[in-house]
Amino acid sequence: MKTIFEKSVAGREGCWPCEGLAEEAYIPKELLRNEEAGLPSAGELDVVRHFTKLSQRNFGVDGNFYPLGSCTMKYNPKFTENVAALPGFTRLHPVLPQLQGAGRLCQGALEVMYETEKLLCEITGMNAYTLHPMAGAHGELTGVMLMAAYHRDKGNKKTKVIVPDSAHGTNPASAAIAGYEVVSIESRDGIVDPEALREVLDDDVAGMMMTCPNTLGLFEKNLPEVVAMLREVDALLYYDGANLNAVMGKIRVGDVGFDIVHLNLHKTFATPHGGGGPGSGPVGVSERVAPYLPISRVQKLEDGQFFLDYDYPKSIGYVAPFYGNFGVFLKAYAYILRLGATGLTRATENAVLSANYMRKRLEEAFEIPYNRTCMHEFVLSAVRQAEKGVRALDIAKALLDKGHHAPTIYFPLIVKECMMIEPTETENKATLDTFVDDLIAIAEMADADPEALQHAPTTLPVTRLDETKAARGMELTEDLANAT
Amino acid sequence: MPFVPHTPEEVREMLAVIGVDSVEDLFAEITNSMRPQSFDIPEGLSEMEVLAKLEGMAAKNATDSASFLGAGFYDHYIPAAVDALTMRGEFYTAYTPYQPEASQGTLQAIFEYQTAVCRLMDMDCANASVYDGGTALYEAVMMAVRKTKRRKVVLSEALNPIYRVMLDSYITNLNLELVCVPHKNGRTDIEGLKAAIDDKTAAVLVQNPNFFGSVNDFTDLFNAAREQKAVSIISSYPVLQTLLKTPGQMGADVAVAEGQSLGLPLSFGGPYLGIMTCTKKMVRQMPGRIVGRTQDTEGRTGYVLTLQAREQHIRRQKATSNICSNQSLCALRALVHMCALGEMGMRRAARLSIERAHLCAEKLTAIPGVEMLTDGPFGNEFAVTLPVNAYEVIARLSDRGFIPGFPLGRYYEGLENGLLLACTEKTSEEHIGILAEMMKGALK
Repeated sequence: MKTIFEKSVAGREGCWPCEGLAEEAYIPKELLRNEEAGLPSAGELDVVRHFTKLSQRNFGVDGNFYPLGSCTMKYNPKFTENVAALPGFTRLHPVLPQLQGAGRLCQGALEVMYETEKLLCEITGMNAYTLHPMAGAHGELTGVMLMAAYHRDKGNKKTKVIVPDSAHGTNPASAAIAGYEVVSIESRDGIVDPEALREVLDDDVAGMMMTCPNTLGLFEKNLPEVVAMLREVDALLYYDGANLNAVMGKIRVGDVGFDIVHLNLHKTFATPHGGGGPGSGPVGVSERVAPYLPISRVQKLEDGQFFLDYDYPKSIGYVAPFYGNFGVFLKAYAYILRLGATGLTRATENAVLSANYMRKRLEEAFEIPYNRTCMHEFVLSAVRQAEKGVRALDIAKALLDKGHHAPTIYFPLIVKECMMIEPTETENKATLDTFVDDLIAIAEMADADPEALQHAPTTLPVTRLDETKAARGMELTEDLANAT
Repeated sequence: MPFVPHTPEEVREMLAVIGVDSVEDLFAEITNSMRPQSFDIPEGLSEMEVLAKLEGMAAKNATDSASFLGAGFYDHYIPAAVDALTMRGEFYTAYTPYQPEASQGTLQAIFEYQTAVCRLMDMDCANASVYDGGTALYEAVMMAVRKTKRRKVVLSEALNPIYRVMLDSYITNLNLELVCVPHKNGRTDIEGLKAAIDDKTAAVLVQNPNFFGSVNDFTDLFNAAREQKAVSIISSYPVLQTLLKTPGQMGADVAVAEGQSLGLPLSFGGPYLGIMTCTKKMVRQMPGRIVGRTQDTEGRTGYVLTLQAREQHIRRQKATSNICSNQSLCALRALVHMCALGEMGMRRAARLSIERAHLCAEKLTAIPGVEMLTDGPFGNEFAVTLPVNAYEVIARLSDRGFIPGFPLGRYYEGLENGLLLACTEKTSEEHIGILAEMMKGALK
């Protein structure tokens, strides 16, 4: 399909024509650009048709089952969009509360932040939250910065962060980017082994980052032991809460003894993912880490008024220009209010029920490396099919032909020919059954006619794309071909 | 229960397949000692009740005030087509395009976004966006540090102070040295910056127009940086970039921007959009998602995520950045916004904003005691000094539904009488007139 730049016709007016104004009257010519930018010239209908057609070349949750492991692609209710679109929120300028006394002009927004933080504290058992981090990985970085601030303040010289091999890939990256040496430990029987931890644990360890349930979909049942061991060396426990959808109402990480947790609000608390963001990655902390939280923090006065408090001398400072992705946590707040305690717990229970149901139904057709009770997701391995020449990638593409988005493949890295399936609680049994039936049919086809699967998908706008050519040719814009 | 479709009969069937008696059996590994000590969340509300509650909270925000607030974040008009197109479920409810054949809509849109922002900035390459203008600037600094293997960063005090404090936070553990060159009455001190660059400098950072609204040409500065093999980084205002001399023309290596003004509402601080562009030479240092054009097995054009070898899901602790998601939907909004306005509409928005700001400056400086803080050319924003503390004037006028601007004293010692005002094409001439009258009254 042609790009909007190829469809552009010089001189065609967009929704706002331009005439009779002269920038030279205000800014000297030598400070102006010497030619037009080259943005499209297209009529409004051209633009509407172009993007409508583009959208039709996409899978989304509204149209397709999207069982991407560790991504929690559940259905996002529509009413939260109305909430986020209220002009009383969208028109608020973010510097408003920084003006003297102008906090009273945005009491509603401050209240949303205050109430959201309180709810997240209760859901996870933490002492305080910052809503500032703008995505899950940004929350991780903030969390590791908090870890560093805690140790710096105590005069601890610590250089290492422990990350299990079953953690999200962003964990080691976040620790490294914050300046730490990353120590990886191997899981045993799919979970963290206290003995393996003992081998690497010393006074240089600043903390450990745990993903629970981990990327194999397993609950880390040794958590209490791990917490106790880390405490011995004054190291902090970080909980990657991206998979919180599996444990709401069943465990509170604060109660277990974790010091820092980030949540992916857009996953657990149902905000559409928009093709890759925006997200929101609030970070909760225990009491001993709270003094280091980013500024500003919302506080409530005795008279019920809300204000922003910047007076935290031990704070790590600003990780975002303002208060985080307000529009996103507004939706999360509305979603939590809608579900309530029972609804949140039910979401967890049904996510776990659906995952285990699918796991059992698939256990004959596929190798399941950790075939025991899983949480909200589970991992299959296509090693048996790979022997016939059908790899996880081929199976993923064949699923696309059947109208399902594929599971996450080749992650976690510790399972060969990995397919990681997360159905979520919002899909009905018929959808789960159709997906399972299709996947079993693909496994049968892998036996009967492996070559056919290597050409999937055949029903989408494009067939398999040449990724090597893309990396080598580096054609990254309409104007940049074959660059080196 | 909302959004959970299983009937009790289906739940029984599923449990039977699994071979357990109850759902609770699936949580047996979570022993009693790990169970929550409390879960005190109010019971759920109906959709209607939640909406009513949030409408009530929204009503407590005074969004009907006339406002001259900017400071890097602006209230531009957003064509209706932006909402209509970007809210389409196929875009809105999709994930990161890991399966390119099922995600050509998102991928081509990102490719077009990369093209549009490169043309705007006159640079070679762009990523699929990062969180916001501040993190874009931080990531640009880290690109320079990796490229040069040096640790000194020279920046102008006229760079948005909100981004300067963000940089301070991010580099605390990284053993980098920030050298801040003071502004001169709101002008970027180009000679001072040149003098601060040496053979230990990784990067020089400036902004155009700068925080005070002042427009510059940094060609000489970037030449000086190149002589010392330092990386030139510029943060620019994308709406004015249809008119102003481009980062590319000036010889910048990395150009970043806050993309909020391209079709995103102010929304109390987010979600916003970090625009990142660079020269070909720097592209392998650029973090985040990048989309490339390629072909399918039939020879048809298609798009994929590319240069992924730098990323966290493959490289773990050796990754260029920890960024996983970008701001894809925000990037889509920016693209649709630019397409809906078109080249001409974008220029019109820029020109009108500049015109209104100049009218506003003229009216205000006609008031005795009010003077321009910064001489020289400016765009849609400018700073004045008042004969009294700006905070007090702002408090007095905002009581009457007019928020006259941002108090410079909040970030700049000695500028307590300084007021920063922004206009856009939405700022009416009538409001400018009323502001001038009210200001006159307040200063009597």
